[in-house]
Amino acid sequence: MARMIRIQAEPFDAAAETANLTAGRGDIGALVAFTGLCRDEGGRLTALELEHYPGMAEAEIDRIAEQAEKRWPLLGLTVIHRFGRISPGEEIVLVLAASAHRRAAFEAASFMMDYLKTQAPFWKREHLKDGTSGAWVEAKEADDRAVERWV
Amino acid sequence: MKLVYFAWVRERVGKTDEEVDLPEGIGTVADLVRWLKGRGEEYEYAFENEGIVRAAINHVHVKPEAPIAGAREIAFFPPMTGG
Repeated sequence: MARMIRIQAEPFDAAAETANLTAGRGDIGALVAFTGLCRDEGGRLTALELEHYPGMAEAEIDRIAEQAEKRWPLLGLTVIHRFGRISPGEEIVLVLAASAHRRAAFEAASFMMDYLKTQAPFWKREHLKDGTSGAWVEAKEADDRAVERWV
Repeated sequence: MKLVYFAWVRERVGKTDEEVDLPEGIGTVADLVRWLKGRGEEYEYAFENEGIVRAAINHVHVKPEAPIAGAREIAFFPPMTGG
């Protein structure tokens, strides 16, 4: 299985990553792509700043990917997570899950995102329109509940 | 042993990382937190709600009761908000 995990400050190109994953493959029948974007929260934010734990971020996403590969018959899995300052409208995270059939691809992409949000060591801080640094984003209980459905 | 801190735990402690020599009798992550809280009010503040702060040993999530023997690097951080 083609597993690719990258942690980077630079933007990514979801279409190019999709082309990389499917290049030369005739066995993939379903590919689900999830892109998480930076929201401006009703015009309140100028940017989000993402801090991460280098080394552990890669290792933890790799462990989550390994779990997904055990649960679903995946043919490809790509995860790219950005760090640093990200403006509204820019992408933060990409998950591509490929399989022979759609259900595995949908479920694996959803599983990856639920675990990324609660287990991958990244932290968001808000930068506000008035030029000040706002608060660290608080973890949501709904995200913890989302993970429980896979247990 | 190296300790590393992230996000608001890092800001409250006032440093990104440090080397510490632990006294005898500190066997678990919870013991380490208790010892850190005795080192000053910045640690007291960072760990004021112990149930909130998460820990990892050598890049793997652990619970407070996890033994720390042999750890190279122990990290403390708030609940994660990536994705």
